Amino acid sequence: MTGKSPEERLALDSQSAIMSGLFEGAGYRYIEPEILQPADVFLDRSGEDIRLRTFVFTDPEGNELCLRPDLTVPSCRYHLEHAATASDPAKYCYVGPAFRFQRGGATKLRPREFEQVGIENFGAQDRERAEAETLSLAIDAVETAGLEDYSVQVGDLGLFDAVLSGFDMPNRWRARLHHQFWRPAAFRELLRHLSSGEGHAHAIADALSGQDEGEAQTRVDALLTEGNIPLVGGRTVEEIAARLHEKAADRVAEPLKPEMVEKIEAYLAVRGSPSEVFDAINKLELPGAALNRALDLFARRFVILSELGVDTSRFVFSAEFGYNLEYYTGHVFQIEAQGQDGPVQVVGGGRYDRLMSDLGAEDTIPAVGFAVHTERLAAITGAVRHD
Amino acid sequence: MTETAIIAIPSKGRLMEKAEELFAAAGLAVERNGDARGYRGRLSGVEGVEVAFLSAGEIAHKLGDGSVQMGVTGIDLLREHITDTDDKIDLVKRLDFGHADVVVAVPECWFDVDTMADLDEVSERFYERHKRRMRVATKYLNVTRRFFNRKGVTGYRTVDSLGATEGAPAAGVAELIVDITSTGSTLKANNLKILDDGLILRSEACLSVVKGHDGADGPLRDVLDKLS
Repeated sequence: MTGKSPEERLALDSQSAIMSGLFEGAGYRYIEPEILQPADVFLDRSGEDIRLRTFVFTDPEGNELCLRPDLTVPSCRYHLEHAATASDPAKYCYVGPAFRFQRGGATKLRPREFEQVGIENFGAQDRERAEAETLSLAIDAVETAGLEDYSVQVGDLGLFDAVLSGFDMPNRWRARLHHQFWRPAAFRELLRHLSSGEGHAHAIADALSGQDEGEAQTRVDALLTEGNIPLVGGRTVEEIAARLHEKAADRVAEPLKPEMVEKIEAYLAVRGSPSEVFDAINKLELPGAALNRALDLFARRFVILSELGVDTSRFVFSAEFGYNLEYYTGHVFQIEAQGQDGPVQVVGGGRYDRLMSDLGAEDTIPAVGFAVHTERLAAITGAVRHD
Repeated sequence: MTETAIIAIPSKGRLMEKAEELFAAAGLAVERNGDARGYRGRLSGVEGVEVAFLSAGEIAHKLGDGSVQMGVTGIDLLREHITDTDDKIDLVKRLDFGHADVVVAVPECWFDVDTMADLDEVSERFYERHKRRMRVATKYLNVTRRFFNRKGVTGYRTVDSLGATEGAPAAGVAELIVDITSTGSTLKANNLKILDDGLILRSEACLSVVKGHDGADGPLRDVLDKLS
């Protein structure tokens, strides 16, 4: 069924108005970011994969544009263009359409054009408070809209980073593991690789073992000259040499111990209510002071949530819970409603502290927000009937 | 029900000659309507079947949207132009000509890069250092995106390449390429090397039928039986 009838439109409008009214009452300024966005911003940030789920097209002058897949990047761009000082705290809310390509065709619960209502909170220095307030507001919003039966999935990429930092391994291994967190298959393969000690035989890197980076550069220069190989492809001799130097270090680095791998895997399997999760993580006896700090912050977030009157008994923490969007950097959550054919995600949100600097801000700007999938919410609460 | 089925055959070059040989060997002479440059034809003695002469790329497209029901074209083009190829198309017969591999190739001077995992790591470094994404020149945009996605490589941009893809890194319009190669000599001449796990697919010419069009009551059944 295409389009919306007068009744459907009214029901959705009134549902959105209730939620945006709530946000404005909480001090969030109602903005309207642009629907058409430069595709570059999305492609550079999230990579080519977004083309698989975003409508990207070329305008008559050859510029690549896209229909925004969500309102987070557009809100960040709005802020960077309008705020006198980008790092000053700012709170925004929005109501508006977003667009996603749905492979195999759009459906009622997976529409290709849909309305999002949400908030973004920029520059708040008390991170856990901002996260708790954001999540509390999300719950308020869906409850005010009439949602009764739901659960809250939470994850924490900060905890994961803290777990990794407790284990002794080269920094770049840690960076690699962090990078693959979103891709479970690639993550397990990498973990296996780093623990196997098999490495990848590499004649050039092996010959550089024990030498410093300067010597690696000399070697790269010599290889280029001897082989009459031109330096193309945008990377400098220094970049190539630096990585060869690291590869050489990798080849002699001790592989991850089996017990480390077991503990990392055991951590990723942790799942349960916030208090169960505390016990489970403590029992793992993971090393490192960073983890204790991260756990303190994790606990503080729940304390603030309780102070705000949020019932955390509906919360389920999962260590491997993350989003396919790489811009999330810390606390992440989604609200799932019980639909006819299983759980349906009606809200997604979290912390994304790197996005503003990726979009051109000079400093890291703390950022946290969420968006409500309004059509799904209405379908579940019965505000809009689909007969 | 006798609806006319359309068989698409490449309109020029070796691919056309080989395709016509294939049909001729099965006793199915391809005849052109009008002069030798006509774009429509038929198989002598076969009713209910029309032949369309198209470019190999068009054949893949039209098999994808179902506007032709059988065709001879490269597997690389089928994979590129048809999403979920295996759901829509039956690859009836590999024809043992037009062999070529679609591969990921990087500059030979990237001594530290041998695998897709290397490429993934380098792509993240490249972004941090140069504030832009690594560019992959290719005419196989979809094949590239699917393969890189499967290998967990995300930090790149594709650049649509119309001609001489292998020259893109030297020209400075891309850092690496995904392209077709048969012997690897063109890549080598352009100072590019294939990644150890950079073989995306082995292509060759292939006889394909749109699913559901090979039934006993359809006009293509007879042709299929003779060809296979």
